[in-house]
Amino acid sequence: MNDLFKNGLAGALLVAAAAGAGTPAAAGPTLDAVRQRGEIVCGVNTGVGGFSIADSSGQWTGLTTDFCRAVSSAVLGDAAKEKFVPLSPQQRFTALQSGEVDMLTMAATWTLTRDASLGLLYAGVYFYDGQGFLVPKSLGLKSATELDGASICTATGTTSELNLADYFRANKITFTPVVFEAQNEARAAFFSGRCQAFSADMSILSSVRISDAPNPDDWQILPEMISKEPLGPVVGRNDLEWFTIAKWTLMALIEAEELGVTSQNVDQMKESQDPGIQRLLGTSGDLGEKLGLDAGWAYRAIKRSGNYGEMFERNVGPNTPLRMERGANALWSKGGLMYAMPVR
Amino acid sequence: MKLSGGWSDPAFRAIVTQAAVLAFVAVVVAFLAVNLIGNLEERSIRTGFGFLWQAASFEIGQSFLPYDARATFGTALLVGLLNTLVVAVLGIVLSTIAGGVVGIASLSRNRLVAPLATAYVELVRNVPLLLQLYLWYAILTQLLPAASEAPQLLPGIYLAKSGLHFLILESGGGIVLAGLVLGILASFAYGRWSRRRADLTGANALLWPRLVLLVALPAAALVLVAATTDFNVPRPTRFGFSGGGMVTPELTALLVGLSLYNAAFIAEILRAGILSVGKAQSEAAASLSLSRAQTLRLVIVPQAMKLVVPPLANQYLNLAKNTSLAIAIGYPDLMSIGNTIINQTGQAIEVIAILMGVYLTMSLSISALMNWYNARVALVGVR
Repeated sequence: MNDLFKNGLAGALLVAAAAGAGTPAAAGPTLDAVRQRGEIVCGVNTGVGGFSIADSSGQWTGLTTDFCRAVSSAVLGDAAKEKFVPLSPQQRFTALQSGEVDMLTMAATWTLTRDASLGLLYAGVYFYDGQGFLVPKSLGLKSATELDGASICTATGTTSELNLADYFRANKITFTPVVFEAQNEARAAFFSGRCQAFSADMSILSSVRISDAPNPDDWQILPEMISKEPLGPVVGRNDLEWFTIAKWTLMALIEAEELGVTSQNVDQMKESQDPGIQRLLGTSGDLGEKLGLDAGWAYRAIKRSGNYGEMFERNVGPNTPLRMERGANALWSKGGLMYAMPVR
Repeated sequence: MKLSGGWSDPAFRAIVTQAAVLAFVAVVVAFLAVNLIGNLEERSIRTGFGFLWQAASFEIGQSFLPYDARATFGTALLVGLLNTLVVAVLGIVLSTIAGGVVGIASLSRNRLVAPLATAYVELVRNVPLLLQLYLWYAILTQLLPAASEAPQLLPGIYLAKSGLHFLILESGGGIVLAGLVLGILASFAYGRWSRRRADLTGANALLWPRLVLLVALPAAALVLVAATTDFNVPRPTRFGFSGGGMVTPELTALLVGLSLYNAAFIAEILRAGILSVGKAQSEAAASLSLSRAQTLRLVIVPQAMKLVVPPLANQYLNLAKNTSLAIAIGYPDLMSIGNTIINQTGQAIEVIAILMGVYLTMSLSISALMNWYNARVALVGVR
């Protein structure tokens, strides 16, 4: 019965493929589903300023949500629509595994275990983060190694708990974890004085210090980064075509910054004689088709969200409340880690 | 059994329909299981319980077992289970005491006590438990002083945001525990003996010797140990206290919240039980010149019990399951640790299956215990 079902399904797929002969044969199930829906569904954080947070009008803003928009425009063209599903750290992988969302564009650290055993794939890194400590200035701390015996508030469902245990064990000091289900409960307990330190990724700490602290100047972020937290978009392992699209949209945004293509000048750049820019923007070559998309995929992504540098400056850069420097997130040519594989 | 009646035979019909329903359920379960395994394979998600023996690599804030980050996920779950059981058992004891007091107070003839008890019940049982937990936690963490300014309530006892810190014995805890167990056993033994004597001779079964035994034996053990060993006193440090024992504000908030919430329901159950006993019973007791307290203890409560125990069991089950709200206020209970493990390993189905199994076992145990108790008390005196 099972075989019969499979054969029937294969037959139906063949018919469908023949009927839609115009569409590229490589299109995976996710791309088809997204196109049919006319909308991409992205899992985002429930509210991390600068990364994914809903503003007062319900509009989602942030670096990771901008990435979702870039993919959406690349895939769906001018009629691109996105649905953002806020997910808690515990829900996110299950939501992706069950197909409830097409992609996670949130602060989710890339680790071997997650990549290899959860039925998902990381499509790259859009932010190199690391875990740190937020403490009251009144404690007069200079280093995280002075936190011996402290109570530390943190949220479950992240790598934070593991990193804390590793760091304190490596430094032969002790601490008491106070673990909450949600980031906002952990930070409320911290600001009420239950813990001497709040531990999370630096990106979250910067955002919390600015938007939640009663007076930002009374709080400091300790210099130690106790972990590597590369944050990137995550897709299901069962659809490699979709994985490739997510990965190369990210590459295209970084490549655009390398080539100096911005959301402002992308229309003029279409006239450019530079072969690299021509390939990227689809004025020559057939890179879009190889992805199962059309020639203008990268053009639309850049036009919509800007290149990687623009996304960074707009959401978390020095001129935003988060005041973060590019640091590890600068282009490789400027001493950072952002490096696009050849878009050719 | 005679089944020759065919479809018109109700016994035959019953068996066929039951078999059909059972078969349907079995097919649905089998379908879901096959589907699940297929989906997991298709999405290349690893399955199995092997992760339980891997190193957990995270710390837990409160543990009654020796635990550190090198212990296994299985040990971590056990730590969480113990943390849950502590809250469940203490919560059941405290809510029963508080509920008993409030329930009897609500029937009091005193014009102040009864309305106060009613007001308490109405206020507490009509506000969601989660909200109450947040409230208690906020009270404990916002209003108490920071560890560096904590007042010394008694010598060696401090109350601060970081919790209640108290001095403990360096060693000899086992002897005190033995004293306590001995006290309980002796008290029980005396109770049995005095009741039998009361049946035989009519001499009153006294309560005070039992209480003395219950308190005096562990107290004597405590004094003995305290005289011979040192105390481990909490010492203020830069961030709080080190040494001594501690009750975290998370545990306190959870225990207080759960107990007070369930006490309101237990009070109502008790009130209903007592009111269900006919008025004639109190009148008869009064005509035998029993005091009001005696009437309550010897006549009303034993009859009320058969009505009280089943809903009481329900309430205990509720309390035990509601301990899983702990995660909202940062108490490391079974659910909280299970959540962490799901995140570290991604083995959601396995961990949730374990959690369900544990909660089910816990609830069924409480149920069985209360059924046994019910069978013992329900019909006393109504033979």
